[in-house]
Amino acid sequence: MSNNDSTSKQKVTSTDEFIKGLWRDNPVFVQVLGMCPVLAVSNTAENALAMGLATAFVLLMSNILVSLLRNFVPKQVRIASYILIIATFVTVTDYAIQAISVELHKSLGAFISLIVVNCLILSRAEAFASKNTIGRSILDALGMGFGFTLALFCLGAVREILGNGSIFNVPLFSEGYQSWIVMILPAGGFFTLALWLLIINALQTRKVKS
Amino acid sequence: MNTESLGSIFLNAALVNNFVLAYFLGICPFLGVSGKMETATKMGGAVMFVMLISSMSAYGIHAFLVSIDAPFLQLISYIVVIASTVQLVEMFIKKISPALFKSLGIFLPLITTNCAILGVALFQTSKGYGFLESVVYSLGAGAGFMLALVLIAGIREQMNFADVPNISKGTALTLFIAGILSLCFMGFAGLGA
Repeated sequence: MSNNDSTSKQKVTSTDEFIKGLWRDNPVFVQVLGMCPVLAVSNTAENALAMGLATAFVLLMSNILVSLLRNFVPKQVRIASYILIIATFVTVTDYAIQAISVELHKSLGAFISLIVVNCLILSRAEAFASKNTIGRSILDALGMGFGFTLALFCLGAVREILGNGSIFNVPLFSEGYQSWIVMILPAGGFFTLALWLLIINALQTRKVKS
Repeated sequence: MNTESLGSIFLNAALVNNFVLAYFLGICPFLGVSGKMETATKMGGAVMFVMLISSMSAYGIHAFLVSIDAPFLQLISYIVVIASTVQLVEMFIKKISPALFKSLGIFLPLITTNCAILGVALFQTSKGYGFLESVVYSLGAGAGFMLALVLIAGIREQMNFADVPNISKGTALTLFIAGILSLCFMGFAGLGA
């Protein structure tokens, strides 16, 4: 993270481009984009973090390429070409994760391939990278990518602590802890995300009032 | 190869491992178009159709890619097939019913990025289903998607009249309902096994 902070400090005017994805326009909590992986692989903090980083990588690379090609791609076929660009990088990521850790690849399963259809990536390509310079597109991708990872981690951590009594596979409670199995099951994903949205909504209404 | 019967494949895809409530696939249209019963059923129908076509094509593509030894092209070719099927459906609906075309609006082209459809294509490949099994699997997944969408649309229409705290209006409330539905669907576990 420190590396990215220094890039955004050098261009003070662009800092906002980076920060907005983290909080104000957070892709998960505010824009409600890319829900499928958010709910599906957030059952442990480790999975959530890996998924977030993989998505951030694809987002960054596709934003760079889309921004570079923005003056060459004809308007009529732009969506199709964005999807092809994204699918290429997802294939790369898929094979890379398989090479790094087979175990991780197994636990994330088909959801790595499904990054292709993550609406967040396509919407950033269409709404931002196709209209902005490469530098700004990189900052935007980093901000959105880390915002997405942060949100996934928030969900994954809550679900793992409550459902398994541990964080990153390190047990937190003593033997007597009765784990809430429902939190690791699909239903827990819906409930946890709903609770986070409630908290964020409450914070924002309070801010507006004051 | 697997030895599942066609009936249990269908039940599995539709109820036990419901694509929306157990695999979290296709959440975006699930949250987006589930406000009204009418649009929900139409959306469900369109998704079922695209799912069926793309599942059949995915079977052919997979066989072809294996024969030329290029499995890394799998993802890219699947998504191209899905995108073109959606385009086809879009033109078809526009021609026969402009009113329906208008009411589905932006969500029609967005079927392309519906993870449930790509999910069906990927899962049937990784499970090694034959042609007939793939067709049944995609029909089951489509029926499950339709069921989940119709259920939540019905509940949400009722919830419009409920007096809930301001902060929980909108997505948060829908997610709570989805969570409860997902709990209910856990009751199907063991069916068709």
